[in-house]
Amino acid sequence: MNRSRTVTMTAGILLVACLAGSAAVLSRIDRLRTGATLEDVLFVSSPKAVKRMSLGYDGLLADIYWTRAVQYFGGRHEARASHYRLLAPLLAITTTLDPHLDVAYEFGANFLSPQPPNGAGMPDQATQLVEYGIRNNPDNWKLYYELGFIYYMDTKDYERAADAFLRGSKTPNAHPFLKVMAAQMAQHAGDTQMARALWTTTYQSSQEKQIRGNAVAHLRALQIADDVTALQELVGQYGQKTGQLPRSMADLVAANLLPAIPLDPSGRPYKLSPEGLVEVQVPDDFPFIEKGAPAGYKPPAPKNLEELGK
Amino acid sequence: MNNRIACIASNTFREAVRDRVLYNLIAFAVLLSGAAILVGQISIDIEKLVVINLGLTAVSLFGVVIAIFVGIGLVSKEIEKRTLYTVLSRPVRRWEFIIGKFFGLAGTLVVNAFCMAIGVFGALLYVAHKFQKPDGWVLVALYFIILQFLIICSLALLFSSFSSPLLSAVFAFSLFVIGTFSEDLRNFAAMAQGMTKWVATAVAYLVPNFSALNVISSVAHGQPVSSQLIIFNSLYALLYSMMALCGAILIFQRRNLK
Repeated sequence: MNRSRTVTMTAGILLVACLAGSAAVLSRIDRLRTGATLEDVLFVSSPKAVKRMSLGYDGLLADIYWTRAVQYFGGRHEARASHYRLLAPLLAITTTLDPHLDVAYEFGANFLSPQPPNGAGMPDQATQLVEYGIRNNPDNWKLYYELGFIYYMDTKDYERAADAFLRGSKTPNAHPFLKVMAAQMAQHAGDTQMARALWTTTYQSSQEKQIRGNAVAHLRALQIADDVTALQELVGQYGQKTGQLPRSMADLVAANLLPAIPLDPSGRPYKLSPEGLVEVQVPDDFPFIEKGAPAGYKPPAPKNLEELGK
Repeated sequence: MNNRIACIASNTFREAVRDRVLYNLIAFAVLLSGAAILVGQISIDIEKLVVINLGLTAVSLFGVVIAIFVGIGLVSKEIEKRTLYTVLSRPVRRWEFIIGKFFGLAGTLVVNAFCMAIGVFGALLYVAHKFQKPDGWVLVALYFIILQFLIICSLALLFSSFSSPLLSAVFAFSLFVIGTFSEDLRNFAAMAQGMTKWVATAVAYLVPNFSALNVISSVAHGQPVSSQLIIFNSLYALLYSMMALCGAILIFQRRNLK
C-alpha cells in the first residue's frame, strides 16, 4: 500500500471513529444539561424588543417561538409540572411577531386555560391572548368560539361566554352553532349537555388530530360522568330494595334494574368497588375523568390523543 | 509534534501576527474598559456581571470572527499565491500541512484569548477591587471558549480545503449559528416522528454543539460548572475537531493542485 493511500485510509477510519465518539459524548452532555435550553429561552422577555431584533424576519422567528412554546408546554406537561411560568410570555412573543398565526391563539389558549396538570391554569392570560387574536383577526369565528369556550369551561362566566358566541356568530362564515350557543347559554348554562355540545363542535370544526382527540377524550369523560351518576342511583335503589350493597353489576342485572352489564366508552364493563362505588376498569384510558375513578386516583398525562382524533 | 508540523504552525502564527490580527486586542481593551467605567456610573450593582458577560462574549465573538476569516484563507490563499507548491515540493506531506495550519491558527487564537483574559481579570479587579473564589469559574468559561475556537478552526480548514474563501466563510458562519442552537435542533428532532426523526437526529448530531460550551451567563452569576461537563466538553471538542481535520485531510489529499 502506498503512503498516500495509507493516509487516506487512516484519515477515513479516524473520521468515522471521531464522528461516532462525538455523537456518544454529545448524548452524555445532553443528559448532564437536561432542560437547560428552555430555561434559557427568555433572555429577552419583551415581545416588542424581540420583534425589533428580528430585523423584519418576524414570520420565521414567530414560527420558531411557537415551536418553542409547544416544546415547553409538551415537556412540562409530560413531566406533570405544577407551573408553566414561561408559557404566557412565549405565546405573547409568538403572537406579537406574527399576529395572524391563528394556531398560536387556538392551541395556546388550550394550553394556558385548563388547570394543572392539563394546562397552565391561567384562564385570564388565555382570554387576553384570544382577545388580542380577535383584535388582529376580527373575522375568524374560531377565536370567538375559543373565547366563549374558556369563559364557559374554565372561568364559568356564562354571560361573557354568551357575548363571545354572539360576537362570533356575526362574523362571515361563522359556524351556525355559535348563534344557537349564544341563545341557549342563558337557559342551559352549567349543563352537561351544554359542555357536550361545546366539545362536539370543537371536534367537528377542527382538522387537527390533537384537538379532535382532546375533544373525544373530554366527551368520553362526560359520558362516564353521566353513566356513573345513573348507575350509582341504581346501586342506591338496589340497597333500598335488598338492604345490602350489590357485589357486582351482575346483581343489578339479576334484580332487573339493568337489562345487561353496562360498558364504558372503551367497551369494558363498569365494575363495583367493595364500597359500592361505580368505577371504570382502566381509569388511565380516560385522561379527563372526573367520576368513576378510585378515590385518590391521579391521572397520568394524556397520551395518544392523536389516535383518538382520527 | 514533528518538526515539519511545528514549522508550518509557527509560520502560520507569524503570518497572522503580520496580518495585524492581534490588533483586535486594542478594540477589546477599549470596549472593556469603557464598559467597566460607564456601567459603574450609570447602573447599580451589576458592574461585575457586565464585565464578565461582556468580556467573555467579546472574547468568544472576536475569536470566532478571527477563526473564520483567517481559517478560510489558510489553504486557498496558499494556492492563490502559489506558495503551497513551494511548501509541498519539499518533504512535507499534505496532512502535515493541514495539521500545521490548524495548530498555527489555534495557537494564534489561544494567545489572543490569553491576552483578552488578562484584560477581563484586570477589569474585574477594577470593578470588584478583589478576586473572589467564584471568579475562578471564569477560567472554565474561557477554557470552553478556546474549545469552541478549536472546533471552528477545524471547520474553517475543512471548508477551506475544497471551497472558495467566500463560500467557506458562509459555510463556517452558518455552522457556527446552527451549532449555537444545536440543543434546540436535537429537541426538535426528538419531537419528530418516523423517517424525519432519524434524518433530523442524524443532522443534529453531525452539526457542532456550541450550546454546551457556552457557560458565560452561569459563571457570571458565580455558579459552578460540573467537572463532568468539563471532561465531556473537552472530549467532544477533541473528537469533533479531529473529525473535521480528518475530513480536511481526506479532501486535500485527493485534491488536484495542478
